[in-house]
Amino acid sequence: MATENTRGLARLMLTPSVGLLLIWMIVPLAMTLWFSFQNYNLLNPANVSWAGLFNYQYFYTDPAFFQSIWNTLLIVGGVLLITVVGGIAIALLLDQPMWGQGIVRIMIISPFFVMPPVAALVWKNMIMHPGYGVLADINRALGFQPIDWFAQFPLLSIIIIVAWQWLPFATLILLTALQSLDGEQKEAAEMDGAGFVSRFIYLTLPHLSRAITVVILIQTIFLLGVYAEILVTTNGGPGYASTNLAFLIYRTALLGYDVGGASAGGIIAVILANIVAIFLMRAVGKNLDK
Amino acid sequence: MARAVSTRHKVVATTAAWIVALIIFFPILYTIITSLKTEPEAIKGFNLIPSFTLESYVTVHTQRDYFKPFMNSVVISVGSTLLALLVAIPAAWSMAFSPTRRTKDILMWMLSTKMMPAVAVLVPIYLIFRDTGLLDTRFGLTIMLTLINLPIVVWMLYTYFREIPGEILEAARMDGAGLLQEIVHVLTPMAVPGIASTLLLNIILAWNESFWTIRLTTTNAAPLTAFIASFSSPQGLFWAKLSAASTLAIAPILIMGWFSQKQLVRGLTFGAVK
Repeated sequence: MATENTRGLARLMLTPSVGLLLIWMIVPLAMTLWFSFQNYNLLNPANVSWAGLFNYQYFYTDPAFFQSIWNTLLIVGGVLLITVVGGIAIALLLDQPMWGQGIVRIMIISPFFVMPPVAALVWKNMIMHPGYGVLADINRALGFQPIDWFAQFPLLSIIIIVAWQWLPFATLILLTALQSLDGEQKEAAEMDGAGFVSRFIYLTLPHLSRAITVVILIQTIFLLGVYAEILVTTNGGPGYASTNLAFLIYRTALLGYDVGGASAGGIIAVILANIVAIFLMRAVGKNLDK
Repeated sequence: MARAVSTRHKVVATTAAWIVALIIFFPILYTIITSLKTEPEAIKGFNLIPSFTLESYVTVHTQRDYFKPFMNSVVISVGSTLLALLVAIPAAWSMAFSPTRRTKDILMWMLSTKMMPAVAVLVPIYLIFRDTGLLDTRFGLTIMLTLINLPIVVWMLYTYFREIPGEILEAARMDGAGLLQEIVHVLTPMAVPGIASTLLLNIILAWNESFWTIRLTTTNAAPLTAFIASFSSPQGLFWAKLSAASTLAIAPILIMGWFSQKQLVRGLTFGAVK
């Protein structure tokens, strides 16, 4: 009887969360799917008609589409490379005995708490600006021509800014994993004469593999949707040089008023994200069994 | 001998770590420095010593009405966090203390909703908000942020609650404690630290959310993310003022973040790395 009761209560407690998320997941997504098969332009909302696969075809044949997919992958790949390699290096460094470790940690973790528009505008104006930026000052002091970052290397500039924001996250997680490494094992390896490099390859790296996987997967989810950093710096340009899929969909929807086309793009984004999600769920799910 | 090596090791590690940390922290540091400069000073070239004027802070308050977006940020991030906790605490509680065969599937499914790219539902959400008059309202944005952060809140609370030993509940029950007493006297004190950490992390996430907050607001409900983004237009390009506004926008969250380093790892990896 009592268990019956508890079970009923447990279900009741669970219902609001599950219900809300269910609505949140199904309603907008169903609408996106429906719109993706419609000719629907916000400038002409009276004239909505069935479009079949036209929107997908339109999106697929738009040269900006492939460039945006490619840019999306470059942003994800570039940021992952910088944050994982840099994160491992900085985590190894922070794991050493030193003075003022608390302050060093605080400084390194800080960029993660900076909201994306601030991060992007600070980098754009104060650091990378070809006239007044700090990098331009350094270039001039060394006798070089300042670089116009956002005109010459728009995508790279965005990758640098986003990597700066995510480097603390990778570092913090890898450091946490590193600190759980058994000290005795390390000492034993040292006694056996294993050098730093072999200790790193045979002991540290395998120990970190799980944390690295988690870093890659979680960051990928967020990096697929990089938006504000592009909006306030290059606005996707020049041309489509720094437009990723998220930004292209935003452009189609709210600047082009093309509901159908943007929805077709949205469905493609969902498919892309799902491919990544499957891997993440598997990694996190394994932990839950433990 | 060994001692000498270790001191040298420490000196090298300290030097390297400080250099790396200062490089990474530099953009933030320079923003704070620039916010204390006058406008002409700010574009005069690299200079680490400002004239320590608060002119830009005053201007940001008087000319751009900084207080309004700041209050919007506070209301929206705190409001959405409390709302998410209200919905999530019972759910996490029931899954942690009376798990069923489906608990794991439900948790996984909740996590999967977090993976839906925001931009994929931009159009329907925008249209729903437009048609229901929720565009550019604090209420609409609060609901939005509650929904997108709900899975993380449930997950974080679940990983904390799961560590509360179930035997304590049984012991309390044996002593004749009723459900209400059990919750007030036994569970709540043990659950508070986990709830507090979740609260802290979620406020940080909500404060910095920069897709919905920018797209679903224009003026009335625009929080700091949208306010700062409006500085991207050339007319708004005044560096000392931009720096002052930026410093004010990130300061509270930066300080909160420093206190939540550990919870951050746990919360954002869904308990996979502790």
